[in-house]
Amino acid sequence: MSILHTINKSPFERNSLDSCLRFATAGASVLLIEDGVYAVLKGASAEAQVKGALGNLNVYVLGPDLKARGFSEERVIEGVKVVDYAGFVDLAAESDKVQAWL
Amino acid sequence: MSEVVKKFMYLNRKAPYGTIYAWESLEVVLIGAAFDQEVSLMFMDDGVFQLTKGQDTTGIGMKNFSPTYRTLGDYEVKSIYVDADSLVARGLTQDDLVQVAWEDWESGEEKENIVEVVDAARVKEIMEESDVIFSF
Repeated sequence: MSILHTINKSPFERNSLDSCLRFATAGASVLLIEDGVYAVLKGASAEAQVKGALGNLNVYVLGPDLKARGFSEERVIEGVKVVDYAGFVDLAAESDKVQAWL
Repeated sequence: MSEVVKKFMYLNRKAPYGTIYAWESLEVVLIGAAFDQEVSLMFMDDGVFQLTKGQDTTGIGMKNFSPTYRTLGDYEVKSIYVDADSLVARGLTQDDLVQVAWEDWESGEEKENIVEVVDAARVKEIMEESDVIFSF
């Protein structure tokens, strides 16, 4: 049924985000972690892609990774939900499986 | 120390924390300060994320090495360049970046901030002018 997709690579350096969004099915969850968090910055070149994904996917970003890189929640694209590690665990538990886009 | 002063450029293209490149580069810059060369740092692509202000790694259990960038002026680093196009593509401006002060303890010359955003033409020139390029 539902898959939790995690992306830990920068969208400016790897195609993990592209591939994930190509294959994620409607209603799935996508969680951006580590260098993947750069995808959710307002005004960045991945913005249109992420906004498009919000139409049929749940998009999350890991707060501690965002904070480590110097970005507050105000810099995050509207509609993307910020979660902490407990939220990450909840998402994994609620999903049938986890697909990691390395 | 050595009589021939060469222009060293450290080219940084990786984001911090996700990989070890940024930290390794910083370590080499600090060690290299002992060799009395003319040192510049160039940040492009995801490397520009190394210079963002307000990094706080308490939540991820990793060492926050970003305060070290602000001290680079004390380690023989004379210029820090940032590729403008890389900033724009990432939704960043110079206001998002740390400031690095520089002072020549011999002449007393001071600069408030040596971080300079440059266009592609200038990046090319700086690369051409460098004698040695260290890539990270």
